[in-house]
Amino acid sequence: MRAEETDVPRLPRGVKLKFDQVRSRHVLLAPERAFNIDETAAAVLELVDGQRTCGQIVDALAARYDEKREVIADDVRDMIGSLIARRVIET
Amino acid sequence: MSEIATVARKEVSEGTRPEAAPSVGHPIGILAELTHRCPLRCPYCSNPLELERREAELDTATWKRVLSEAAALGILHVHLSGGEPTARPDLVELTAHCAAEGLYTNLITSGIGRASGMIDALSEAGLDHVQLSVQGASAETGDRIGGYKGGHAAKLEFARKVTDLGLPLTLNAVIHRGNIHEVEDIIALAVALKARRLEVAHTQYYGWAYVNRAALMPARPDVDRSVALVEEARRRLEGILVIDMVIPDYYARYPKPCSGGWGRRTLNVTPTGRVLPCHAAESIPNLEFWSVRDRALGDIWQSSPAFNAFRGTDWMREPCRSCDRREMDFGGCRCQAMALVGDAAATDPACSLSPFHARVEALATEEAAAVAPDYLYRTIGGAPAKAPEGAAS
Repeated sequence: MRAEETDVPRLPRGVKLKFDQVRSRHVLLAPERAFNIDETAAAVLELVDGQRTCGQIVDALAARYDEKREVIADDVRDMIGSLIARRVIET
Repeated sequence: MSEIATVARKEVSEGTRPEAAPSVGHPIGILAELTHRCPLRCPYCSNPLELERREAELDTATWKRVLSEAAALGILHVHLSGGEPTARPDLVELTAHCAAEGLYTNLITSGIGRASGMIDALSEAGLDHVQLSVQGASAETGDRIGGYKGGHAAKLEFARKVTDLGLPLTLNAVIHRGNIHEVEDIIALAVALKARRLEVAHTQYYGWAYVNRAALMPARPDVDRSVALVEEARRRLEGILVIDMVIPDYYARYPKPCSGGWGRRTLNVTPTGRVLPCHAAESIPNLEFWSVRDRALGDIWQSSPAFNAFRGTDWMREPCRSCDRREMDFGGCRCQAMALVGDAAATDPACSLSPFHARVEALATEEAAAVAPDYLYRTIGGAPAKAPEGAAS
């Protein structure tokens, strides 16, 4: 599943991005699941705020990492889409 | 991004592939069995046959200390369970304490009794998720299996309260021959109740379920049909409902990586404070369990003889010892090996490589074909004197 450019993703109640002090890394906590979050994924999730569209998230990341939009757009939309499919992100 | 933890409990550990880790890593989940008291009398209850009484339960201060120690140990998820955890009046206080410690809280509830009256306060205290059991798709089935008239209707009402509060809801249905024909309706019920997640958990035969096995064991064709229904629904409901399934061990080819491996990822604290690698571990004789009344949780996790008894792979014998799957399923379930083969260090006979596997499948087939006996309902003090047949007898 790939999220649309116009989708506005958000973390619903019961899903939390947390910095795990014991393991020194980000984790995404959800019902009966936890995900290891690397630096790249954390950068995406920190922009998932229920305000920005997927397109705006891609724009922000492209600017931040000085990267062409088309290089990262599919990866970002795939990552958000996979979390929508697992009901960890809502739109 | 990788998934590090699906589920901390025995019922739902099927299908997860644990990452390789040193023999004593950080635990990720704790099952806090706050009480064994429960208004329901389900014949497959995961509590032990010898149920603890209220007078013997840990007090609030001890639970708070244990939960703080859990957070410091690296535990992420706390499963507030029982029995029925809302039977404890201090549940709101304990939930708030978990939230303050940064722990993710999961309430595992029947939705009956005090649950409905307490859910607003629990939500306010920072509860993260609710897992509600249903015993069937209809009131007739549900009330008969749970042994509680009006229970099913109360659950539906409770589910609506949960989703109205914006809390994420999981429905858990333990599946057996008494409700396997309702799997399709249970999936529809989960969607209608706006659950985000459903556990279709085929009965795991420990404790009460083991003594009720002949009454619960489904026939193979019904199992296959239910699995196909779930697989179809997963595709149809992607993005609407996540469905986790637990395959029935007796018909399996490979065993489940029980609890993600013994003493590797999760621990379980009983109402009186004993710390177990899984909720059925006390069925294994001669294991020495330590208690939070005497020791800190981290000390128990690291050094308790019970946790170290089956950690890693050194304890294994053949065919596990040289098996390519030994760090995928960790030899399966120690409690099941004990129950069926009489040896906790044997290969789980759910595995097709076990010499007892054919006998286990034959036992299941015979029991499913016979007329189902009446349930022996779960009651405090109601443990039976005699256990059913194993595979080695």
